[in-house]
Amino acid sequence: MTKIIVVTSGKGGVGKTTTSAAFAMGLALEGYKTAVIDFDVGLRNLDLVMGCERRVVYDFVNVINKEARLNQALIRDKRTENLYILPASQTKDKESLTMEGVEGVLSELSESFDYIVCDSPAGIEHGAFMAMYFADEAIVVTNPEISSVRDSDRILGLLASKTKRVVESRPPVKEHLLLTRYSPERVLKGEMLSVKDIQDILAIPLLGVIPESEAVLTASNQGVPVIVNRSSEAGMAYHDCVARFLGEDVEMRFIDPKKKGLFSKFFGGN
Amino acid sequence: MGLFDYFYANRKSAEVAKERLSILIARDKIQRNQPSFLPQLQDELLAVIKKYVDIDQDDISVRLDRGEDCEILELNIALPEKKSCRNEKVGAEERLP
Repeated sequence: MTKIIVVTSGKGGVGKTTTSAAFAMGLALEGYKTAVIDFDVGLRNLDLVMGCERRVVYDFVNVINKEARLNQALIRDKRTENLYILPASQTKDKESLTMEGVEGVLSELSESFDYIVCDSPAGIEHGAFMAMYFADEAIVVTNPEISSVRDSDRILGLLASKTKRVVESRPPVKEHLLLTRYSPERVLKGEMLSVKDIQDILAIPLLGVIPESEAVLTASNQGVPVIVNRSSEAGMAYHDCVARFLGEDVEMRFIDPKKKGLFSKFFGGN
Repeated sequence: MGLFDYFYANRKSAEVAKERLSILIARDKIQRNQPSFLPQLQDELLAVIKKYVDIDQDDISVRLDRGEDCEILELNIALPEKKSCRNEKVGAEERLP
């Protein structure tokens, strides 16, 4: 049974595309046949983060408009055989993502894929709505910043009222909280909302915490999903998230400040 | 020392953030479940009352609470202070079918 996962947040720049790329890659590396779709029509970026921007010929809207077949538009990832990318259109209008069109593509993908990851655009407009409408599960990406937390709460409201599952009176979309750009040191100093603060406010189960990490920028510079970098904290944290998503019981890491060595205790200032 | 400093000087910013967010999100949630005609209702009521008493947008609040078998429309109007008497608050509740 294919699962459709939406990666959403409301606010822009919190790490939806980074998360979509990492998560889809993680699922593929676990052996699941996975497709990741960019719903951000006009601001296509998933292909860049995945490093396949030069192989884009046809896109999501071409398939909806029947200008190309699905297998012509799907780009196979060069690193793993289980992963395919469906890029967004860079030129078309947002409204070209029609309900019937999106449903058609998702149901065709469902015939052969285990997971479909939908990378939502920011905001709560048509594209974001289309990305979440058919979802079975949602990963709500949040920064420890008040504007991001508020927007996530708004998105949770929409997930609970504006999805196909709600319309059809099926069990609601399963929600997961993913906290990104977390800095335990700043939390300790009282400068940043803690995991617990954010969980108290949003009240959904925590899938994982991605620490603030230089590896994220490096990875996107290179067009490699950060999960591939298994020596980086962000890469390890995403790996844990995928394992938890698949039902494993993995302890939370990177939520406590690093223990200081003797040297920095004496000489490191704060 | 400004008002801002007075309230926030000795508190951690994360603590302030959590408090502001909790209040804001609780308010967002209430507004989200309100019917969309409420702001217009509020505007029109304001216009009518303004004919007789000088009040501001902030002095009037309209909200709808849903009970199990009834809906309660709550209307709060704060009348302006008169020379001789204190602020007066008029509360009116009306049962809707």
